[in-house]
Amino acid sequence: MIIELGHFCLALALSVAILQFILPIIGIRLKSNRCLNTSIYSSYIFFFLVLLSFSALAWAYISSDFSLMLVAQNSHSQKPLIYKITGVWGNHEGSLMLWILVLSIYSMALSLLGKKLPLRIKSIVLSVQGLIAVAFTSFVLMTSNPFLRLLPPRLEGEGFNPILQDIGLAIHPPFLYLGYVGLSITFSFAIAALILKQVDSIWIKWVRPWAMMSWIFLTIGIALGSWWAYRELGWGGWWFWDPVENASFMPWLATTALIHSSIVAEKRNTLKAWTILLALIAFSLSLLGTFIVRSGVLVSVHAFASDPSRGIYILLMLILFTGGSLGLFAMNAPKLRSGSMFSPISREGAIVINNIIFSSAAATVLLGTLYPIFVDALTSSKVSVGAPYFESVFIPLMVPAILLCGFSPMLTWKKGVLDNVYERIIFIFIFSVLATSFLVYLKGGAAITFLGIFLGSWLFIGTIYDFAERTLRGKSLKSVIQRINNYPRSAYGMSLAHIGVSIFIIGATVSSAWRTEIETSMEIGEEVFIENKKLIFQSIKNNQGPNWEAEVAYFKVLDNNKNVSYLYPERRFYFASQMNTTEPAILSKLFYDLYIVLGERKSKNEKFIFRIYYSPLLNFIWIGIGFMALGGIISLFDKKHRIIYRQIKQNKKKNA
Amino acid sequence: MNIAQIKRRRRFLFLLLGIFAFSLSGTLVLLASRDSLVYFYTPTELLKINNVEGKLIRIGGLVEIDTLKRKGDLTINFIVDDGQNKIEVEYIGILPDLFREGQGVICEGKITGDNVFLASKILAKHDENYMPPEVAEALKKSGKWREEEKFK
Repeated sequence: MIIELGHFCLALALSVAILQFILPIIGIRLKSNRCLNTSIYSSYIFFFLVLLSFSALAWAYISSDFSLMLVAQNSHSQKPLIYKITGVWGNHEGSLMLWILVLSIYSMALSLLGKKLPLRIKSIVLSVQGLIAVAFTSFVLMTSNPFLRLLPPRLEGEGFNPILQDIGLAIHPPFLYLGYVGLSITFSFAIAALILKQVDSIWIKWVRPWAMMSWIFLTIGIALGSWWAYRELGWGGWWFWDPVENASFMPWLATTALIHSSIVAEKRNTLKAWTILLALIAFSLSLLGTFIVRSGVLVSVHAFASDPSRGIYILLMLILFTGGSLGLFAMNAPKLRSGSMFSPISREGAIVINNIIFSSAAATVLLGTLYPIFVDALTSSKVSVGAPYFESVFIPLMVPAILLCGFSPMLTWKKGVLDNVYERIIFIFIFSVLATSFLVYLKGGAAITFLGIFLGSWLFIGTIYDFAERTLRGKSLKSVIQRINNYPRSAYGMSLAHIGVSIFIIGATVSSAWRTEIETSMEIGEEVFIENKKLIFQSIKNNQGPNWEAEVAYFKVLDNNKNVSYLYPERRFYFASQMNTTEPAILSKLFYDLYIVLGERKSKNEKFIFRIYYSPLLNFIWIGIGFMALGGIISLFDKKHRIIYRQIKQNKKKNA
Repeated sequence: MNIAQIKRRRRFLFLLLGIFAFSLSGTLVLLASRDSLVYFYTPTELLKINNVEGKLIRIGGLVEIDTLKRKGDLTINFIVDDGQNKIEVEYIGILPDLFREGQGVICEGKITGDNVFLASKILAKHDENYMPPEVAEALKKSGKWREEEKFK
């Protein structure tokens, strides 16, 4: 009964979404504020209906209702509760339900937070949100219905892919979707601006926080997925340039460009059309990401089960939203009034170059990701584009971006004078060369390692220098404290995020360049050395979990024969799916990660196969990403986002 | 020079910079794609194609049952079958979690002189059906495809 109710609520939600889409359009035509106001209520009703529907599905998972086909195919009664809940979005149908739920949350949040937003803008934004909701809800109901019953019901489910039973992956989809779908708000705002043919500073003030929020969620979401791949797949790597990873990376690149260009749009009232275009592109890329993951057109180690009819539906959706919005842009963008001017050497100029680079990077990732589809369509041969392509394209593109990022915050708006920045650049250069030479002297390395470390230190020193110069310039301690206190949060956020990027670069470079890898078979009692660590294989034991049994290897790790730690790599066998999985054991320290994978037992003798990785500074990757996200969060709480309301009031008075 | 002209010149300069970045990335794409494209073949297709020796390629099919053998410490041998033809694969290292006899597999590596495929990477897929699309297509071509394979 609950299931049928859930199904019914979803169908009802579709009709509410249709109203949310159509009524504001009629309202604009008839100039009826009452008609425009309905969109606010429909967004509330839509949220509650979707929430009910989603809860019904979640209930079926929690109560292991195997009369529901989806639950029977993807769940198991012995599965721990947490994975029963997260299993809701561990499959195609359920993940789309999550997509719609997140969409409804965003629409409602906009209705609630946007009380002071001009009604015309707000209702058009909600109308576009309604259209997106119609597209996705009908997609679920027509091609991927999660509420289909199974007759006769099964007694037991087929189990959930054990590799996906991990906390990193359990919370990865919600974060990623909060990012993907958050871009729908900036998309809708962009459409509203194009329809009303006006982009004022209030509009941009509304778009910026949503873009920033999506960026934060995307950053965290991608990092969680990457962290999961690192801990679970047993390859010791964290990024594989796999189509599914690229699918989330492309919107991230576009959103990174967007949060930068929107600063210029807000502060300098220029680059407005470009910011709108980026908002359209960012959401289109997140739809494309959904298409790539869900349609199965690309071979990926992360591929989900797929169905061609779904692919066609998403493709049509992609054409509608991307084509439609770009068409609207082409028609109406020239009518937007162009903003103020700036010299190429200025903060705006630097941000434009940042935008060009990030857009080019997104374009090259897009090309590499879609290339196999083109080749398949044209020559019907199967190709995959590997990491060498992405590395050789992406890294050179990022070099100028990072170099620029090291000093561009020191440039002034409108017209910067390089003369004033020269001595600072020289200062940064000397210190980053010193830092690099010191590190390379310690370990040595290839040219690319040298470059990575140099860029990381360049950005780090440049950002610290800029921050210090702005805050420590005061004459007395008191004035310094005052300066630090008055430093805007968005500027803190920027410095922190840039520091995060520099830490990330160093972590990514060093962990791959100085990584050591051993693959060996060992008997109990045998020892192996990696770097200055001594690993002793002490014993092997059996272990039981709720839905698996495992062989556990006991390792004693001696650091310089002193510090002792223990590591327990496992090899699990999941009963439900009859599958083996390896659970690598990781000794994670600030300056290195030690990673052991237990392979299978060699028949007859007591030898076991192990793969051991030593990756220095690997944690810097996660720390760097953490700083980036934290920087975003801090700038989200900047004072200026709170004075939006006051400004709207003032404008109203002016207009009145 | 009036303001409009200055404006136009500046825009033009930015445009040039943009085009420069894009074309630079385009060149890099071309430079890179020569050796970073990895083609996929089934064992049957491999027979028809010459000069793949020493090139990095991917092959796929079903792991034939009871062909998994261990030589020495870490070396593993098995046979990949697409329903019509077979090829022997050699791999050194730990097999990925989802590797099983009788199921689909994709191996990346090179063909050696004696018609053995030396795999450097074995792709573990973690979809719900454990069947890579290429392998499914190859099996459909050879008539070995069973619908129930989808829901194993």
